[in-house]
Amino acid sequence: MTAGGARDLLPSASPVQLIDQNGVATPSDEYTMPPDATLLDCFGRLVVGRRFDQQATALTRQGRLAVYPSSLGQEACQVGPAVALRATDWMFPTYRETVALVSRGIPPGEALGLLRGSEHCGYDPRTYRTAPQCTPLATQAVHAVGLALAARMKHEQVVVLSFLGDGATSEGDTHEALNFAAVLGAPVVFFVQNNQYAISVPVSEQTRAPSLAHKAVGYGMPGVLVDGNDVAAVVAVLERATAHARAGEGPTLVEAVTFRMEAHTNADDADRYRLSSEVENWRSRDPIVRLAAYLRNRSVLDDEIVAAVNVRAESLASRTREELGTDPELDPESLFDHVYGTRRAQLDRQRALLLEELAAERDVVVDGEPQRDLQSADVRPVMQAS
Amino acid sequence: MTPVTMAHALNAALRDAMTEDPSVVVFGEDVAALGGVFRITDGLTRQFGHDRCFNTPLAEAGIVGTAIGMAMYGLRPVVELQFDAFAYPAFEQLVSHAAKMRNRTRGALGLPMVVRIPYGGGIGGVEHHSDSSEAYYAHTPGLTVLTPGTPADAYALLREAIDEPDPVIFLEPKRRYWLKQDAELKRAPELRHRAVVRRQGTDVTLIAYGPMVVTALEAASVADADGWSVEVVDLRALSPFDDETVCASVRKTGRAVVVHEAAGFAGYGAEVVARVSEQCFGSLRAPVLRVAGLDIPYPPPLLEQYHLPNVDRILDAVASLYGTAA
Repeated sequence: MTAGGARDLLPSASPVQLIDQNGVATPSDEYTMPPDATLLDCFGRLVVGRRFDQQATALTRQGRLAVYPSSLGQEACQVGPAVALRATDWMFPTYRETVALVSRGIPPGEALGLLRGSEHCGYDPRTYRTAPQCTPLATQAVHAVGLALAARMKHEQVVVLSFLGDGATSEGDTHEALNFAAVLGAPVVFFVQNNQYAISVPVSEQTRAPSLAHKAVGYGMPGVLVDGNDVAAVVAVLERATAHARAGEGPTLVEAVTFRMEAHTNADDADRYRLSSEVENWRSRDPIVRLAAYLRNRSVLDDEIVAAVNVRAESLASRTREELGTDPELDPESLFDHVYGTRRAQLDRQRALLLEELAAERDVVVDGEPQRDLQSADVRPVMQAS
Repeated sequence: MTPVTMAHALNAALRDAMTEDPSVVVFGEDVAALGGVFRITDGLTRQFGHDRCFNTPLAEAGIVGTAIGMAMYGLRPVVELQFDAFAYPAFEQLVSHAAKMRNRTRGALGLPMVVRIPYGGGIGGVEHHSDSSEAYYAHTPGLTVLTPGTPADAYALLREAIDEPDPVIFLEPKRRYWLKQDAELKRAPELRHRAVVRRQGTDVTLIAYGPMVVTALEAASVADADGWSVEVVDLRALSPFDDETVCASVRKTGRAVVVHEAAGFAGYGAEVVARVSEQCFGSLRAPVLRVAGLDIPYPPPLLEQYHLPNVDRILDAVASLYGTAA
């Protein structure tokens, strides 16, 4: 690679921005402002996404979710991929991407399956072309490379977007995924949301690189630094990266600079590692406020549209409450259903034992009275020990 | 029938699978022009092209993770991890992802993929080239673990592995790559997940797999000359475990010795002993013994002979079942 070629791969000195925090368009030589219709679509997704996120946090307090990692403040990064990707493309989310899942069209009850604790993945990945949310860090990035290569071998024009966080960029699997993608020319976009903290560890303790996007040059792929709270810039950057991949020109590493307004999860205490002044400073860079100001200045957005969007947001929140408001139906026998694709005698024996236990629970008699345990009464009556 | 080596049989299995099914792809370190350090993938790139058999950067998590992504999208990747101990960087991908994807997605995404790993000692390899890591994989629900002991089985089991709807850890006993056998290379679907009795006997059952099958058969021959009738069971599949074949043999002989190269403590043999004891207790005439590697890190090559189970140690174990020294 020539030195000039290497320079072409480097990110810009400051993040790509198309709308500043006051809602004013910033000129860019490289990227074009997305059309108003796209940005209006983004506005709706941002508002609906934020309302959903707040609803999920509330449901966690009510004990309806086992845990919830909020993406409050990161909505531009959550909805950007849903706008930039085609329905035929794939995305590989992490545990913090539930808003991205909903923006992709996954029903809230299914999107929250993992965090509710009733299943590992509540949706069918094939239906939404969205891999299961990954809780180990960066392991999904390598899967994204494999799926992208498989699609290319089948001569399908599929692009794969892998979400990553700033902490995950320190994992070995990030390195392996970036290197494999570059060497094998996989049509992948690595989308790093740098929300400044990996639980409590700041980015400054994660790397000495000038930026996470700078790491791309070491793999021979373009690195792009983008304002992650500017949805116009996020969409423009992702559209170019996906077009690049779709044209067979290989992967791109995008670092979106953003901020996690909430703690890591409901179980975390962010006051132990960051100052409220830092959080307040980021509040002024809110992704929804600036887009609303920009669209209102252009007379694209008015109170009527805002009200309609709010109705949609409330409707999704209400649907989320409904879908999570009742206890999930649990089927203990299903534990054995998908361990292997074919039957295994050992699991059949354990299944039979479990069914015997469940049958015995249903028939417990205390002081001459048969006891009907509520949970075991819910178990399907067809189950019998074989 | 002509004599074939295990290496040749494995190569033929890959070639035949790739010929029959265009979704089978092979990749790993050095597998293309070189044909792998043990030449198991010899000629595949030449015959099928770089799209079907290609080198990857040297990164085992990358190799397995990429295979997972490919299998999610309908391919049947067969990847090579160059040596047993070099597979450990891929451990998280195998245990947390390959093994669980079907379960996590409630059956939506099964992963038909094979991870080939040359394993075990006996070839004078320097450190990190001789591990027997089968217990790690066999302990993991969602993985299937197969290991051949003969050239004919190498072919049949690898074809079986590639046909599986789930990830298979395919452990190749590297010291037997050059083992020759008059064999017709063919599939054996009737033996899927089954152990086989390699030698009939009436006094004691030797339960072995992979590299120790040959050693167990040698021990049985020597024992025969000493007047003991030794049966040898080759497990072939470590997960799932063929209780039926193993227990039928032990119920017949009333005595059993498990043989493997890996360290005995918490090793695969412990599972075999437990199962045999649980299911055949009434038929046992002696405790079920293990002849295993020492509970030490794999030794330097000039000392490996003291670590590895051999005919003498197996015969000692057999003799001890009868309360006499060999």
